[in-house]
Amino acid sequence: MSTAATAVASQAAAGNEVMIELAGVNKWYGEFHVLREINLSVHRGERIVICGPSGSGKSTLIRCINRLEEHQKGRIVVEGIELTNDVKNVDQIRREVGMVFQQFNLFPHLTVLENCCLAPIWVRKMPRAEAEKIAMHYLERVRIPEQARKFPGQLSGGQQQRVAIARALCMSPKVMLFDEPTSALDPEMIKEVLDVMVGLAQDGMTMLCVTHEMGFARTVADRIIFMDRGEIVEMAPPKEFFSNPRSERTKQFLSQILEH
Amino acid sequence: MSTADLPVVPVQQAPTVRIGALQWLRTNLFNTWYNAVLSVLALALICLVVERAVGWGLIGAVWSGPASACTEDTGACWAVLGEKGRFIVFGRYTYDEQWRPLVFLLLFVGLVGVSTFRRLWSKWLGLAWALGLIAMGVLMWGGVLGLRFVSHEDWGGLPLTVILAVTAGTFGFPIGIVLALGRRSRLPAIRAVSVAYIELIRGVPLITVLFMAAVMFPLFLPPGMNFDKLLRVVVGLMLFEAAYIAEVVRGGLQALPKGQYEAADALGLTYWRKTRLIVLPQALRLVIPGLVNTFIGLFKDTSLVVIIGLFDFLFGAKTALNDPVWRSAYIEVYLFVAAVYFCFCFFMSKYSQSLERDLQKSARR
Amino acid sequence: MTDVARAARPKTSIWNDRDFRAVVAQVATVGTILAVALYLFNNTRTNLEARHIASGFGFLKSESGFGISEHVIEFSPASTYLRALLVGLLNTLKVAAAGIVLATIWGTLIGIARLSSNWLIRQLTSWYVEIFRNTPLLLQLFLWYVVLTQSLPAARQALHPLPGVSLSQKGLFYPVLEGEPVHLWMAVLFLVGIALAWLWTRRAKALQAATGQPSPLLLPVLGCLIGPPLVAWAIAGFPFRLEIPELRGFNFAGGASISPELTALLFGLVIYTASYIAEIVRAGILAVPRGQTEAARALGLPGGRILRLVVLPQALRVIVPLVTSQYLNLTKNSSLAVAIGFPDLMSVTNTTMNQTGQSVEAIALLMAVYLTISLTISAFMNWYNARIRLVER
Repeated sequence: MSTAATAVASQAAAGNEVMIELAGVNKWYGEFHVLREINLSVHRGERIVICGPSGSGKSTLIRCINRLEEHQKGRIVVEGIELTNDVKNVDQIRREVGMVFQQFNLFPHLTVLENCCLAPIWVRKMPRAEAEKIAMHYLERVRIPEQARKFPGQLSGGQQQRVAIARALCMSPKVMLFDEPTSALDPEMIKEVLDVMVGLAQDGMTMLCVTHEMGFARTVADRIIFMDRGEIVEMAPPKEFFSNPRSERTKQFLSQILEH
Repeated sequence: MSTADLPVVPVQQAPTVRIGALQWLRTNLFNTWYNAVLSVLALALICLVVERAVGWGLIGAVWSGPASACTEDTGACWAVLGEKGRFIVFGRYTYDEQWRPLVFLLLFVGLVGVSTFRRLWSKWLGLAWALGLIAMGVLMWGGVLGLRFVSHEDWGGLPLTVILAVTAGTFGFPIGIVLALGRRSRLPAIRAVSVAYIELIRGVPLITVLFMAAVMFPLFLPPGMNFDKLLRVVVGLMLFEAAYIAEVVRGGLQALPKGQYEAADALGLTYWRKTRLIVLPQALRLVIPGLVNTFIGLFKDTSLVVIIGLFDFLFGAKTALNDPVWRSAYIEVYLFVAAVYFCFCFFMSKYSQSLERDLQKSARR
Repeated sequence: MTDVARAARPKTSIWNDRDFRAVVAQVATVGTILAVALYLFNNTRTNLEARHIASGFGFLKSESGFGISEHVIEFSPASTYLRALLVGLLNTLKVAAAGIVLATIWGTLIGIARLSSNWLIRQLTSWYVEIFRNTPLLLQLFLWYVVLTQSLPAARQALHPLPGVSLSQKGLFYPVLEGEPVHLWMAVLFLVGIALAWLWTRRAKALQAATGQPSPLLLPVLGCLIGPPLVAWAIAGFPFRLEIPELRGFNFAGGASISPELTALLFGLVIYTASYIAEIVRAGILAVPRGQTEAARALGLPGGRILRLVVLPQALRVIVPLVTSQYLNLTKNSSLAVAIGFPDLMSVTNTTMNQTGQSVEAIALLMAVYLTISLTISAFMNWYNARIRLVER
């Protein structure tokens, strides 16, 4: 997609309904204030990249969205459902939100195909044949259909992560969360995973991605968020973010990571 | 859509988490309905047990006096320890010289206590142990320095348990290392012999090895030669524990990265130099917690010598209870013995766990 | 090899040749071992002759001359030593089997309790594990035995925790069902029920694969197992006659019993081994990386399913090898029965040894039997491990 087309798409996305709303979200680990007054609205079709130094709370932020972490103050609303201790709400939200982890977290005792079919069968109560069809469709989408009968231990890191993406997609989520998906990969395998993510973005998936891959951010993101010490320091479209960062901290961070 | 000057948000105080007792109870004991039920039942059980135990063991207990003081109505008869305590702990050791085994035990506990500090691990500690062991031997045997000679046939009780464990462990350790190296050897005959020995010993109960030691070893010696009973038992225990130590050491040898072996070979070291200078120091350090656990097992296993009639700590307890006068005080006596074993083993196992944590932390760096 | 290569090989002294030295080392080691063994063997033979002790296994056919209090098969003082050893072996296997089953159940319960979110339960079970792991098993057996034989009342004042059941110094006596013809039918129908339950499970799985809707499993299976026997029993008119142990003189007669020795042995072994199994179960469940549960939760799987589909399969891979070695330990520890008078293989061998004086043969036989049992259990474990190994590159 050309940059002009991307710009048009982001403008369109901005006008869409809000899928995720975080209002005044705060979180503490004991005495440590890990998320400070987070306010964020994510519209349908938007691609948001979150970056920042380690310990800034970026992973914690997206893990709060599917309740892998609990926030103590503020509201999180996903697709109109508010995240509370209500178990039914949490289950509903998890069905609509897909997550890809830094350590892949594939189930080693199941084949690739079984990994992808597990949730559709047991959560969406799909017949096995239908689940397998959907799984093969997404495995083709991530370009490894031939590995379907293999076990995760037999695949390379890049292949495993692509399976993890397919596994999340098999639940047909409305939003995809990525928690540093390429940080555990060898350099030559990063590209294959990023290509899959770019493809997803082009198909209009709403994405929140925590990553250090600035090239990816530049091509794909509608907005880039810079977080430091638990708060959102800067939020801007890539063009503005990279050429004209406003905060000193952002400038310092960019100078450190763009050197490579 | 683009936001520029987001205000710097100051650090806020965590919301009142109420880390008071009430909140703790709520999260830890009563967070779900079945947990609440379980907690109530458990507390009731504890109260019941503690009430009975305190009533029997402390309040109604008889602390000293003859056996007649303990009747059906009184509580625990701790007086039995006053009467029989020294017999249980020191066995048949000459009564007047029993300060010697006592010093022996204190010396042992002291040496072990000092050895727990990793910072002190050095040649000096090894020397301290060697000197300590000599001192302990002198104390027990006597015959020099004006101490009366006490034959090892009169040794008994807790010092004997310690002696059995320490001797069997010390001498079984090098045998175990040799077996572990043998099991990983390239040479098929040596590997076969090691595997056969280890699997044979690990497949049979300790009591059969002890019986073999007690009954068969005298037959192995040429007629006329005497095989002392204590020595027989120590050799039996030693041969038994060597197989288990071998498996623990083998784990360490396997865990050592192959690169270490290769680097040593590349430097041109012979097999024995490589093993002595590179492989064993690292492999043994990896399995220190496992070795401590094996020693704890050995310490408990020494109690089996009761069955072949060697006068260890547990034997003392049993013999004390054979006295018809004190026959009914079995719970008191066994609890005492159990408490002593528990103290030794519990502290050793806690030490091994903390050692494991320390070693993991330093390995990660 | 070409001529050049052959010519270029330097002449090395044979003493430096690696393979030659390997052979020498092995021959030397094996030779020394054989020489020592021969020396010991000769000494033994001389000593046995001097003491007029017979050799060989002929004693197995002689009359034993002693009685055994608990025997699974027929035994009297007129039976042979061989039969005595067999009775001992059967007793050992009986204790081992019962002990393994009970220790697994109890140990698993404690292990799960160790992971409870309830602090009190966690502490209590933690203390349980520490107390029973840090005291010698023999001490625990002595304690159980002396409690069961001295704390309990005499037969005449026996405790009756349940009607018909009596607990006293003579042991635990309980009523047994008297045999009825309908029992055979009930057994047959139970087996049929197993087959039906298995068929139902298969059908439920196929149904779920086809339509996605899970079918009820627990109730129908229970129904298959209990229903048909229950119906047969009803048709026969609910016959129910118990043989209740009666007090005759100083002891009970009738019904079935568990001797104090067996009870003490089982209690001691089960409680001791369960504390090890509890820690293994706990370690196995904790060994499953947190990321696995997180990924499963992120997919929306509910807690019970996460446990069954993701955590347990991985935890069992860690648990099974370790628990199998505990089973081995339990079987070997059952030999401590010799210390409290339960006639297992070790006790009977001990008596045999004392009577015939043929300790060498007896101990050799004893070790061979235990070794066989151990190797069998180990072989099974290796087979199981190989089967469930996680497939990796």
